[in-house]
Amino acid sequence: MPNSDSAGHRGAAAYWRANLRLLCQLLAVWFVVSFGCGILFVEQLNAIPLGGFKLGFFMAQQGAIYVFIALIFIYVRRMNTLDHQFGVDDD
Amino acid sequence: MDLQSWIYLVVGLTFALYIAIAIWARAGSTAEFYVAGGHVNPVANGMATAADWMSAASFISMAGLIAFLGYNASAYLMGWTGGYVLLALLLAPYLRKFGSFTVPEFIGERFYSRTARLVAVVCLITASITYVIGQTKGIGVAFGRFLEVDFETGVMIGMGIVFFYAVLGGMKGITYTQIAQYCVLIFAYTVPAIFISLQLTGNPLPQLGLGSTLVDGSGLAVLDKLDQIVTDLGFAAYTQPSGSKLNMFLLTASLMIGTAGLPHVIIRFFTVPKVSDARRSAGWALVFIAILYTTAPAVGAMARMNLLNTIQTGPVGEADANLSYAQRPQWFRNWEKTGLLVFEDKNGDGRIQYYNDANPEFAAKAGGWGWQGNEMVKVDRDIMVLANPEIAGLPYWVIALVAAGGLAAALSTAAGLLLAISSAISHDLLKSTFVPDISEKNELRAGRIAMAGAILVAGYLGMNPPGFAAQVVALAFGLAASSIFPALMMGIFSKRVNSQGAICGMLAGLLTTLVYIFIYKGWFFVAGSNWLPNTPEAWLLGIQPESFGAIGALINFTTAMLVSRLGSAPPVEVQAMVESLRIPRGAVEAHAH
Repeated sequence: MPNSDSAGHRGAAAYWRANLRLLCQLLAVWFVVSFGCGILFVEQLNAIPLGGFKLGFFMAQQGAIYVFIALIFIYVRRMNTLDHQFGVDDD
Repeated sequence: MDLQSWIYLVVGLTFALYIAIAIWARAGSTAEFYVAGGHVNPVANGMATAADWMSAASFISMAGLIAFLGYNASAYLMGWTGGYVLLALLLAPYLRKFGSFTVPEFIGERFYSRTARLVAVVCLITASITYVIGQTKGIGVAFGRFLEVDFETGVMIGMGIVFFYAVLGGMKGITYTQIAQYCVLIFAYTVPAIFISLQLTGNPLPQLGLGSTLVDGSGLAVLDKLDQIVTDLGFAAYTQPSGSKLNMFLLTASLMIGTAGLPHVIIRFFTVPKVSDARRSAGWALVFIAILYTTAPAVGAMARMNLLNTIQTGPVGEADANLSYAQRPQWFRNWEKTGLLVFEDKNGDGRIQYYNDANPEFAAKAGGWGWQGNEMVKVDRDIMVLANPEIAGLPYWVIALVAAGGLAAALSTAAGLLLAISSAISHDLLKSTFVPDISEKNELRAGRIAMAGAILVAGYLGMNPPGFAAQVVALAFGLAASSIFPALMMGIFSKRVNSQGAICGMLAGLLTTLVYIFIYKGWFFVAGSNWLPNTPEAWLLGIQPESFGAIGALINFTTAMLVSRLGSAPPVEVQAMVESLRIPRGAVEAHAH
């Protein structure tokens, strides 16, 4: 059994690395839309109109929240695929 | 039918519904009492989480906060929603895999330490009690304003309802009532918002209305017109940032981290069957929360505009452009009676001048028109939601709905908090620390007694609020951010952090955060005992006490890493446990560890 056990370990390690890579990508977007667009660069973005909104203000009070929702559902889908690929899904 | 009868009817019907659910969803085992048996559908759990999360403050106060702070209130909007991304990606699925009944239970197992578990219990109880007092007060206020019963009676009725379904049903009863409460509160919140958006912009969706052109013929967009109105009266522009960027950054971060670390929210994810359900459920929770949180900015902006337009009826400075007090509308009279609106005719002209007299330049100009100070000496923020239906001239049943919605928001959050408190007492303290061999039947009984006790304490403190009760944002979010969230995250993402590291980290984060808060707000919130004034000039680098949680979290992470490096790695079986947390396969329903 030692062989299959170490293969299982390698699989688990690769699964975890793939998970961390996905987390970093999603959290980078999370940071950019809220802290970046909504706070740090809000004045610059406010120069751009979006309908009756200024873009910076829109991101801070509406846009960031919509992106947050999208991020979680992208995470759900990508993780389900990963779980399946690595044979660790819970179905 | 008159307004009072409508309110009694609607509130009475919702209460009858909650009680019916309580009788239907009785808990028969500890698993049902703590985690609703672990069989809650992920979408239903998302809805229950949304009600659990959105408190009396979200329902009643947030739109008003936005109305008066404008852009600067974005910290709350992003903070209280962005935390769900952290929760979904960093905590919920792993904690669900671990499958415990309580949050301290995970901390105790992962850091193989009773001390770590006790520190977590203390943080949990402090944060949750602070939070629940606000809900109890909200219940009393809602009863007082809408049903004309006095505050104490209101609190007692509200606590009686919670007692019924929380003691009988535990998490099971709470889950299904929260779902019903979500439906009541979201309907009550969005109906007036849709009407107001229609009236001002012709667009039925408030989220779009906020970015639309006004139908008053001015051709201006809502936000541009609002910027113009407020600056004409000497207030800061609505859409423009003001104050320290660093402070806003840290406030947003603290609220996000704190949200993800609040135990009463985390335990909701213990109730779904699988790890993948926990992820999905967090997404649905945020969808249901976002319906209210994206509507609130529209309600805030439009209500502020309505209020100012009512009072300032023409060009600023013209003699007859201010509303005559004798001709004030009926809703104005109604809310004056509650003390939420207070007018004082400082220059004795019988007209209302509402402007920013703290702006020296504008105050000087106003003096030239014979204005002698802002005459709306009190405009309570809560009025923006409470009076909204009346300002918009909506029918009585809508006003009754707002009353029922405010109560639903307060009751659902109170119940979730009370469950977190009582399970910490019966499971973390009693079962694991003092009486390890307690039978399941007796633990269930102990859970019910702890719940009853927690309700009595919350009711008492709601009627006699101690100094810390008003510090929900600083204290509850500060503690969750600086102690609970980092411990949970490191427990999952590091195999190296050991028990000494975790304990030192939690204490370091907790104590620095508390000390920073106490320096500006008084030691243990005793008025007058603060060392420095609570003003932007005195704050360290302009960081307000409410924003310190993120720094506390950073201190926690750093301390825990350093101390762990000095000691040995956690035992092999704990490292194996962390490995298994990271794999979704093999999740069983939550159980006692």
